[in-house]
Amino acid sequence: MKIVQNAANDTLTLGLDGELDASSSVLLDNELTKPEILNYRKVMIDCQRLNYISSAGLGVFISHLQRFQDAGVKLVFFNMQEKVHNVFEILGLDSLMTIVPSEQEATAI
Amino acid sequence: MKHAIRISCSRRNLKTVRDFVAGVLAAYKLSDILQNQIILAVDEIVANLIIHSNHEDESKHLDIRVTIDDDEFRFEAEDDGQSFSPAAYQDPDIQEHIRMGKKGGVGIALVNRIMDQVEFATIGNRNFCRLRKRLA
Repeated sequence: MKIVQNAANDTLTLGLDGELDASSSVLLDNELTKPEILNYRKVMIDCQRLNYISSAGLGVFISHLQRFQDAGVKLVFFNMQEKVHNVFEILGLDSLMTIVPSEQEATAI
Repeated sequence: MKHAIRISCSRRNLKTVRDFVAGVLAAYKLSDILQNQIILAVDEIVANLIIHSNHEDESKHLDIRVTIDDDEFRFEAEDDGQSFSPAAYQDPDIQEHIRMGKKGGVGIALVNRIMDQVEFATIGNRNFCRLRKRLA
């Protein structure tokens, strides 16, 4: 798993590249745990190169969502592959998290 | 045909198991979504066995067997770690997990929703987890 960061104004974009499992999700958790991330208005997760997610990866997002919401930080997913989106759907997370098709739509939120 | 792999109880081996299952499934030309679901269910079980049952003790091993017969995928994992008690398992309330900031506890829910049959058994000091999923 590689995480490519891109900060512009009040938005942080994290591009996820690889597979998010019980081994690699620690890296993402470390990034999202950093206190300074709450200074952004929006955190966009680019999922184009995210080829796999397990419950450990989902758990990272589940565990930070409320903290982000409380701090007024929007968490937006975009470019998600169908098979990865399906994993969010199985648990009903697609209706609890903001997932949009394109970067354009994520930017507009 | 039976396919088997033995791994030590390290998280690093999760990828090895996913690749092993993907290799077995490759001949069956499943949809991306179904193939991913089966790999995910196996990954969740194996992660639980490595982390919770065997406490990531790399001197311990899991024996994993996969067969596909009559359009049914069958998986079996065998180990001698702490046994899992499905009776004590409760389906998670995801909204509650979000409110509490909980990191874990949704893996078995994924497995239960994906697979047609999920079975845990202990015989002597050996634990068996068996999964079944119709492919067609």
